[in-house]
Amino acid sequence: MGTWVEHIMGMPVSLRVRGPVAPSTVDEVFAGLRLVDRLFSTYRPDSQISRVNAGTLRLGDCDPLVRHAMGLCEEARERTGGYFDALLPGPDGRPRWDPSGLVKGWAVERAGALLADRGATGFCLNAGGDMVLRSAPGQPPWRVGVEDPAAPDGLLTVLAVRDGAVATSGTARRGAHILDPFTGRPATGPVSVTVVGPSLTWADVYATAAVARGTGADRWLAGLPGYRALVVDRTGTRATDVGGLLPTQNSR
Amino acid sequence: MRRITLALVATVAGVVLLLSYKTSLSGPGTNAGSGQVGAPPGIVRQATPAPSTSDSAAPRPATGGDVTVNGSLQDNGFGPIQVQIQVSGGKIVDVVALAQPADGHSRRINSYALPRLRQEVLDAQSAHIDAVSGATATSEAYVKSLQAAIDAAHLGGH
Repeated sequence: MGTWVEHIMGMPVSLRVRGPVAPSTVDEVFAGLRLVDRLFSTYRPDSQISRVNAGTLRLGDCDPLVRHAMGLCEEARERTGGYFDALLPGPDGRPRWDPSGLVKGWAVERAGALLADRGATGFCLNAGGDMVLRSAPGQPPWRVGVEDPAAPDGLLTVLAVRDGAVATSGTARRGAHILDPFTGRPATGPVSVTVVGPSLTWADVYATAAVARGTGADRWLAGLPGYRALVVDRTGTRATDVGGLLPTQNSR
Repeated sequence: MRRITLALVATVAGVVLLLSYKTSLSGPGTNAGSGQVGAPPGIVRQATPAPSTSDSAAPRPATGGDVTVNGSLQDNGFGPIQVQIQVSGGKIVDVVALAQPADGHSRRINSYALPRLRQEVLDAQSAHIDAVSGATATSEAYVKSLQAAIDAAHLGGH
């Protein structure tokens, strides 16, 4: 088992690979994530997104990766009934692009695809709590703890995931950092939503949109084929299991 | 080994308290309806059936084999509740509910309380957890917290 950790996009990114992996592949994974950070970071004045927002770069002239991601943002807005929106009013009221909510998951999913292309069959690539996981035949599933939003040093549950993606969005710890695009105010729905499914891009978008959506998030999540979810409500005392995510309690 | 056994019995007691949090005035032992619910509390060796029926005051130290520990049977006002923990090689490998009320209110409580039980049991054994998903994970402080600890455990241990 090899483990690598780097700090990219403002968060720890850890890669664990079962079995051998070429050092050049590991370098490629982290280099790809750093490139996405350089292109998309809203904290870097020289990123392409910052320049688009400043009016010094046209979207059509951006790197193909940026144009592709912006297309995904539009698809995300449609898939979530507008609850995921990368175009939000800035402090001055002018609309600003902030695709961060999609780009992180998408970048990690791409990195996972690259690992698989290079022959890695069992790995866990975890970017600040959102992750892609793969297990080769015969390998045990990865054990993924779901953080307890009421006690962030504890876990709500532990999920066994062989292949797929796990993403959690919420309002814990950093305060309400997800905005309801319809009101512009911090979302007041579930405190934490964890989504498990085949794609990290969409698991992450769905988790974020569910928090923004608030009331009715459970029902909306239940209508997403292939994705399961754990929704913790505002009081932090009630968890709703959407689609049978939790381990069966009377058997194993 | 003895320490872990004592600790997990304490955990069982704590979780039974948690499950009983919304207790109504009806006391424990009032099994809502059916007669044969639950199992004798205490350590259950898989080879030999449990001799212990005391409320786990002096549990026997585990010897590294497979051991099953039952919590005491409680009633939370909606029905009987009992949990059971499996220990293998000194590690807690599972937590299950032997009995739980079936109404919707209790199901919601349990969907929180039982995973929480698993948390209490498992978070002392972070080597069993490969990664953590959480909304707080994006904060800088998290580097020093759970994910870092788990990464470090794996770096050092494998």
